[in-house]
Amino acid sequence: MDDRPLTNGPGGAAILAAGIGALALGVFAFAGDAVHWIGRAFSIWPPSGALSGVTTAAIAVWLGSWYWLARRWRGRTVALAWVNSAAFVMLLTGLLLTFPPFMDFLQGK
Amino acid sequence: MEITYRDLITVLHGMGFGTLFMLAFSGAIGVIYTTAVVGPGSQTSRWNARMFRFYLISMAVLAWLTVLSGAYIIYPWYRAVAPAGTTDLSGFPRQLLLSSPHTAGWHELGMEWKEHIAWFTPIVMTMVAYVFLKYGPQLALHRHLRNAVLGFTAVAFFATAVSGGVGAFLNKVAPVRGGADIILLRVQ
Repeated sequence: MDDRPLTNGPGGAAILAAGIGALALGVFAFAGDAVHWIGRAFSIWPPSGALSGVTTAAIAVWLGSWYWLARRWRGRTVALAWVNSAAFVMLLTGLLLTFPPFMDFLQGK
Repeated sequence: MEITYRDLITVLHGMGFGTLFMLAFSGAIGVIYTTAVVGPGSQTSRWNARMFRFYLISMAVLAWLTVLSGAYIIYPWYRAVAPAGTTDLSGFPRQLLLSSPHTAGWHELGMEWKEHIAWFTPIVMTMVAYVFLKYGPQLALHRHLRNAVLGFTAVAFFATAVSGGVGAFLNKVAPVRGGADIILLRVQ
């Protein structure tokens, strides 16, 4: 293993991307539930219904953002306290958006 | 001793991948917590560090196997639509649950939450495994990285507990059954 000190950029990219992926999962799950045509569009593999598209799109957003951030932050030191806070807020928001009673509340059901 | 094909796959999904993952969680949280709290003072051999990285990679793989088998093998069986006029809904768990106001909540709250929340875990555990793999012993020098990994792992634990717990209850109320019978053992 290379023993040179590593900057926190690559780790920060992975953490923020995980937060972005989690938020995308929540937003897509909510959109698929709230808007009929979005739910139908997410049904890319009918046996699993909208779940197939919701999760595939969220994974694409997660990996895409990770790739982009990793390239931008390679060899850099970032303000990780802010990165962590943003990632954690996105993670918790994503989590909340998958909770059915909260989804219903946002839709006024 | 017989079991149906769908029962067997459900057991593999829940007990084989899911429970093994949950069991691994306690060990992972212990080591991550020690790394995060003790920080640079944490003493660990190169062998232990390598084993822990292997352990985290295995956890990430198990998490992916759990959600993929759930979403693409078991979930289609769960949500299959019964032909018109079907009175016995035991082979159609989703419809069986929705057919009674006493059980509808298991689908509307339980399954609807489980099917999405489970996916947070593999995303988070892949990130955690990557950070440990990338930084290795140098993680001791990055307090914020260690704190983030610990916080995300705790949320992944919650997500796994919800999805696993709901899955266990669902399999009691409306089990996914069917397919060929598999003989596990002949008892004379």
